[in-house]
Amino acid sequence: MGMSMIDLYSVPSAHLLCCRATKDMSKVPPAPPISTQTACMIAVRDNRDRAAFALLFDHFAPRLKGFVMRSGSGAAQAEEIVQDVMLTVWRKADQFDPARAQVSAWIYQIARNRQIDLLRKERRPVPEDLFKGAVFEPDASEVLVVEQEAEYLKAALRQLSPEQRTIVEKAYLGELTHQEISTEMGLPLGTIKSRIRLGLDRLRHVLKDMR
Amino acid sequence: MNAITHHSPDSLLAAFAAGVLEHPFALVVASHISMCLDCRATFEAHLAIGGAVLESGATAVLSSDLKGATLSQLDHPVTPRPEYGRKGIFPSPVVEALKGQTPRWKSLGMGARQSILSQGSEGSVRLLYIPPGQAVPDHSHNGMELTLVLQGSFSDSTGRFGVGDLEVADHSLEHSPKADDGAACICLAATDAPLRFAALLPRLLQPLFRI
Repeated sequence: MGMSMIDLYSVPSAHLLCCRATKDMSKVPPAPPISTQTACMIAVRDNRDRAAFALLFDHFAPRLKGFVMRSGSGAAQAEEIVQDVMLTVWRKADQFDPARAQVSAWIYQIARNRQIDLLRKERRPVPEDLFKGAVFEPDASEVLVVEQEAEYLKAALRQLSPEQRTIVEKAYLGELTHQEISTEMGLPLGTIKSRIRLGLDRLRHVLKDMR
Repeated sequence: MNAITHHSPDSLLAAFAAGVLEHPFALVVASHISMCLDCRATFEAHLAIGGAVLESGATAVLSSDLKGATLSQLDHPVTPRPEYGRKGIFPSPVVEALKGQTPRWKSLGMGARQSILSQGSEGSVRLLYIPPGQAVPDHSHNGMELTLVLQGSFSDSTGRFGVGDLEVADHSLEHSPKADDGAACICLAATDAPLRFAALLPRLLQPLFRI
């Protein structure tokens, strides 16, 4: 799968994820792997684990800097944003739910919000947090679905023609206007979005558990 | 929650996720996502693609002290920004735009009222209050207009819009929305250009009312 995988049971905080799966050991295959990033994010969320945060920093900070510089920031400002985003990751870790979003998706949103807040000097409107105060029910199978989806998405990106891939990258870097997105991105977007089908079911599932 | 039948176009959700929507439109889309689970799922799918772009993008070399500087700030106290929750019919993005206050309505005549939330070079966004059975003055648009129903409903040549429904109109649409009978219709409406009214009198009043 390309991504570095670790054994679920080797990360203490990730034990939680397996509570459902371990009810009937006879049917359970060997511990499912989750990505290092997800395991680290859970360790940061549940245990305020600094070593795990340092690993996340090593993985995401260089990507974030590259990302932010491509969307127009100079090197110095980019590092300010990177630091700010990573500190937000630490402070808002309690909002991370691996059954709903990949770490990369969660950090992407934080990064875009931060860049826009700086650019416009006003806070970007964000959707209401329907899951505020929710106690996340650890569910290993849901987490794995999200993890798999991340792999499918990356594969789908790789399979696009270079032209289409450039359009998609520009769109999510914030380089296309809404008008350009609606006229230029239809085809590649359809290809990629077909890889994501479970979002709505997942949201319903989480909301149902909350009530 | 009523069944929502008029959803956001995919391109608008992609543009919002990528952070390229002008503030007035971003506020309406964030509010619609707050009320519509389908569009929230699609929005989160776009974040997942953004995450994949971030994950597979080019990295940039960090300054040698950035990691240490970031780790040393993990325990710094921060004053959290005020967070707003839903208030009555208003989803949290609207409550935030109102800074937690109740709307300050200004009369538009004939019982109709508006409360401007923001206006500037990027366009304007306001709350509109239309008494039951009353028409919004006949108008067309220079640019795009987004209208999200927060209470009651309205109908126009394109259909009926109830709570949570989002209407996307562009300059080609000459429509005459009329509030349905029952509760007064309260909408969140954003435009990127001043409205053009078809009738002479409202046009003369336009600078006065700033609509």
